[in-house]
Amino acid sequence: MSEGTIKKFMFVNRTAPYGTVYALESLEVVLISAAFDQDVSLVFLGDGVWQLKKGQQTKAIETKNFSPTYRALEGYDIEKLYVEREALDARGLAEEDLIVDVTVLSSAEIGKLMEEQDVVLSF
Amino acid sequence: MKFGILVNEGPYQHQASDSAYLFCKAALAKGHEIQRVFFYHDGVNNSTRLTEPPQDDRNIVARWSKLGADHGVDLVVCVAAALRRGIKDENLAPGFRISGLGQLVESGIQADRLVVFGD
Repeated sequence: MSEGTIKKFMFVNRTAPYGTVYALESLEVVLISAAFDQDVSLVFLGDGVWQLKKGQQTKAIETKNFSPTYRALEGYDIEKLYVEREALDARGLAEEDLIVDVTVLSSAEIGKLMEEQDVVLSF
Repeated sequence: MKFGILVNEGPYQHQASDSAYLFCKAALAKGHEIQRVFFYHDGVNNSTRLTEPPQDDRNIVARWSKLGADHGVDLVVCVAAALRRGIKDENLAPGFRISGLGQLVESGIQADRLVVFGD
């Protein structure tokens, strides 16, 4: 692979924001990937949709609320955020409950999108 | 084929590290190349030389070190994840090196396939 290779990277977020460190540490890779000028997208599946929930308050669990970082992604030219419709529905969430603008897709549509990727990182 | 490997889980607690190791061994035996193994999340715990498993169990850390020595596989531990969990140069097992997340992204770019082992 030559220096100027641009690959399609998809970060698949499947876990709730707190409880495990996956969400926070996956966001760290996403931010680093921005420096490599790749074609980056993020997908939120299952409990992963909670990562984007508005109004997170983490003081009582003495854990950093990192959800504002999702709003900063745009500044890194990371603008492809996909959220699974079935996951939102199952949790009684709607698009307006989320802190950033996203594209809501069905599981099947997300599956198709995954097929087009070069690299899929699942956390 | 050139494989990049990502290990997201710690040793013994989870099978991810075992599976990744066995995958690497099998791939190398078939003549493939392992471009890099990147350890992230609790996966960084695969790199501490302070590990002392019981005699009758596999030594997961030593096994990775040996793979690195025998096949020149690049074993990279994420610095941010490592520092959070008390992994530093002074307790790093042979063959591992600590570096940044850029090494993972680079692996995704350079390898033909990036294979993730995790939960």
